Amino acid sequence: MANGWLVRKFLADSLIGLMDSSLVRADHLVKRYGQFEAVSGISFSIEKGETFGFLGPNGAGKTSTMKMVSSVAAPTSGSLSIFGMDPQRDGAAVRSRLGVVTQEDSLESELTVLDNLYIFGRYHGLPRAVIRERSAELLEFAQLTDKKDEKVDALSGGMKRRLTIARSLINKPELVILDEPTTGLDPQARHLLWERLYRLKSDGVTLVITTHYMDEAEQLCDRLVIMDKGLIVAEGSPRELISSHSSREVLELRFGVNDHATHSDRLRPFADRLEILPDRSLLYVHDGDATLAAIHAAGIMPESALVRRASLEDVFLRLTGRTLVD
Amino acid sequence: MTMVAPARMLWSRYFTTEMKRYQRTWRASTMSNILYPVLYLASMGLGVGHLVASHHHLVAGTTYLKYIAPGLVAVAATQTAAAECMWPVLGGVMWEKTYYVAITSPLRTSDIVRGRLAYVAARVAIISVINVAVVGAFGALDSLWAILLPLISVLTGLSIAAPVFAYSAQVTSDSKFAIIQRFFIMPMSLFSATFYPLSAYPHWLRPLVEIMPLYHAVVLSRAATTGHGDVMLLIIHAGVLVALASTGLWWAQRNLIRRLDPR
Repeated sequence: MANGWLVRKFLADSLIGLMDSSLVRADHLVKRYGQFEAVSGISFSIEKGETFGFLGPNGAGKTSTMKMVSSVAAPTSGSLSIFGMDPQRDGAAVRSRLGVVTQEDSLESELTVLDNLYIFGRYHGLPRAVIRERSAELLEFAQLTDKKDEKVDALSGGMKRRLTIARSLINKPELVILDEPTTGLDPQARHLLWERLYRLKSDGVTLVITTHYMDEAEQLCDRLVIMDKGLIVAEGSPRELISSHSSREVLELRFGVNDHATHSDRLRPFADRLEILPDRSLLYVHDGDATLAAIHAAGIMPESALVRRASLEDVFLRLTGRTLVD
Repeated sequence: MTMVAPARMLWSRYFTTEMKRYQRTWRASTMSNILYPVLYLASMGLGVGHLVASHHHLVAGTTYLKYIAPGLVAVAATQTAAAECMWPVLGGVMWEKTYYVAITSPLRTSDIVRGRLAYVAARVAIISVINVAVVGAFGALDSLWAILLPLISVLTGLSIAAPVFAYSAQVTSDSKFAIIQRFFIMPMSLFSATFYPLSAYPHWLRPLVEIMPLYHAVVLSRAATTGHGDVMLLIIHAGVLVALASTGLWWAQRNLIRRLDPR
């Protein structure tokens, strides 16, 4: 009897294991620092091979979540499984398969580029020869080969960031976690970095990214969640999020400086949703050009008008508000 | 996939990387490590020793130079150990934040503490060997037991390094280190029976000297250079240092875990 039950349970567990391609599975995850609750019970799963994003304003709980997924911070409550393991119990084994790009580079500034890779390879217990071989590949990948003997101090911000990413790849991780990878970089450096991340993705590496750049999230993420005040407020692909939380297009109208409020009543019937800002009025509509023509026909003459597709930024601002978070 | 080494050995990975950093600076630091005891023995041992010999009989049956030589070895271990666990530790948690990166590898927070302390032990051992050689060159060693001095220095260093690490892991400004230096390390270096025997103090002050870690280190070091000492008492002195080092290790691990992952 008991054996039969055990066999059935074993088969059921194996089947679930085969069907479940999730690398990360989080259930009601909470992180508290003293009285402050940074993460207030979030659930999500990250599938093998996808690029998964965490979006949110400052203080939304993104970094705390990343630290738990990196298995360097213990959840206060809730359950977390990474590669099917419990990071609290098998932390070292989990981390040996992870690559982590922390928000700050935290490189050994007094050491050379190559030594930085060497040290991290040693942390992973890799033999010298393996580190040497992989470092050469990674320096090529990060376009730092000709800088290999320079001290980190002498590198530009973009180079340091690329070295940080190279460092996180020394153990050939299956899952790479990047906390705001492009913050503070100029557009050229960002685009180069995106291109490198695409390459990782096409090699089958699963990526988890936090960012507050919406274009970055739209470019890179297959799926993302938007966090606000420690909670997940929306989840889906960038397209899904736009279609479920915004209209197809946005019509931006500018009037004289103090006229926006006075126009609000007249504009309201033309839009699914109307947002009056100090400098412009946003009309969320299906067809921007048609709406603009109708507004003109009604005798409303804005100083300027712009029709654009709704973006993730519209969704983000709608869900997390326009109030500045410091 | 990366092989996972037995958990008890992970700290050695951190130790080897600390040695990698040391490779960069060892020449400069070794030069000053040699210069320091030479100047110290020349000024205090020969200079002050000359005055002491002509005015007092504090140090029966030995020269002042021989009297302060073990103090020099113990003080050097103490000061090196303390400094190596102040700014570098705060750098790891607050400035460069390299500890936050290290724990994203298979290393655990406790491996950083152990690896760092192992490195400090190695540094102290190197300095101690240099000091013993210099002290020997000044003719201040009377016993072959002096070969134990590097070992005693390592124990001394760990008894200071571990609690100082624990302290550094929880401060938020390096101004606190000046306090430790001025009110703890410096007075201890001067008053732990390094320059004159415990009997020079009034009775009521002696217990205060006896609770200082460095006092026990000096007694052990002096027994090694002279070859004289009560074995039972020496074991107790060593026991005090072992207790300090192991309590400090526990405390340092606890504090660093709390610093890197606040609850």
